[in-house]
Amino acid sequence: MTAGDGTAGGRWDRPSALTLGVRDAIGAPVVVLMASFFGFGSLVRASELDLSLALFSTLTGWALPGQVVAVEMAAAGASLLLIGLAVGLTNARLLPLVVTLVPRLAGPGVARWKLFLAAHLIAVTSWIFTMRRVPSLPVEARLAYLVGFGTTLWGASLAATALGYAAAAALPPSVSLALVFLNPIYFLLLLVEETTRPSRVVALLAGAGLGPALHLANPDWGLLVAGLAAGTLAYGVERRWPPPPARTGGEPAGE
Amino acid sequence: MIEPGYALAALAIGALVTYGWRALGVVVAGRIDPEGRVIAWVACVAYALLAAVIARMIVLPLGVLAETPLWARLGATAAGVAVWYLAGRRVLAGVAAGIAVMAVLVALTGAAG
Repeated sequence: MTAGDGTAGGRWDRPSALTLGVRDAIGAPVVVLMASFFGFGSLVRASELDLSLALFSTLTGWALPGQVVAVEMAAAGASLLLIGLAVGLTNARLLPLVVTLVPRLAGPGVARWKLFLAAHLIAVTSWIFTMRRVPSLPVEARLAYLVGFGTTLWGASLAATALGYAAAAALPPSVSLALVFLNPIYFLLLLVEETTRPSRVVALLAGAGLGPALHLANPDWGLLVAGLAAGTLAYGVERRWPPPPARTGGEPAGE
Repeated sequence: MIEPGYALAALAIGALVTYGWRALGVVVAGRIDPEGRVIAWVACVAYALLAAVIARMIVLPLGVLAETPLWARLGATAAGVAVWYLAGRRVLAGVAAGIAVMAVLVALTGAAG
């Protein structure tokens, strides 16, 4: 199988773009996603929730940081309003991803309802790869690429959620404890990767410092207030010292 | 023990607000500047809130992680960051090191007993 399969005269049609998306996803993207969703499955098991809830979350709410926040806050007994606010703020980074990608997918012959469906597949990894491939694909084949890439990752995430859940139940306590630790260390490293921008350093340090402190002071609102305060402080830093324009997009990942 | 109906509602609300951002993105695409101020502030808050949640998970964990000593969690975190850096900023290497150190420390201290 070569990358040129199914392309007549170098033009990508929809089936070949779909296949290309599947092939691009299988490899590093699937491995990283499966490792992180494996950790999510373990977390849900450790929170004494049913496997069906873990799968429901990955199926419907597919964006790992928000899923972890929802499970954690449910475990802490937070109100549904607070959970909605916290998940909403955590996953707000999806908005710029969709806003930048959708104009490149839309065009004559691309129905709007298809964009609303495909939007569910837009997350950090699929955004990076689709943005990279879009210039070499004709408009009518771009959505097919995203669908191929995104559904492959989505399916792998579901499988990994179930595997992580089963592993946490079957493995010795020391190992399953370590698996629950997978998500915090994974997200921390993703955040540390972004610290090439001064505003991100401020956000990381202020958020990590204020988070536990304000959580102790007020378990309901503490984390939200910490995120708003530290994020606004970081935004002030970014306004004052703008990042170099070399990189665009690339917000913290996790799905 | 979390009540299943409440947990389902929490996850469903999380899913709704998550898809809400995606749908809103389709609606406003082409009408707002992705490099604009609102988007920049939203990205900063999302990043900082995730940092706050992670720090709370490590320093003040809920559930089974609460049975482990703080120094073990901090040690595993430090090991993960160190290996990530030494392995040429490879996230998977850092994650593997972090959870391996965690498993060893927990086994040694018998914290998961």
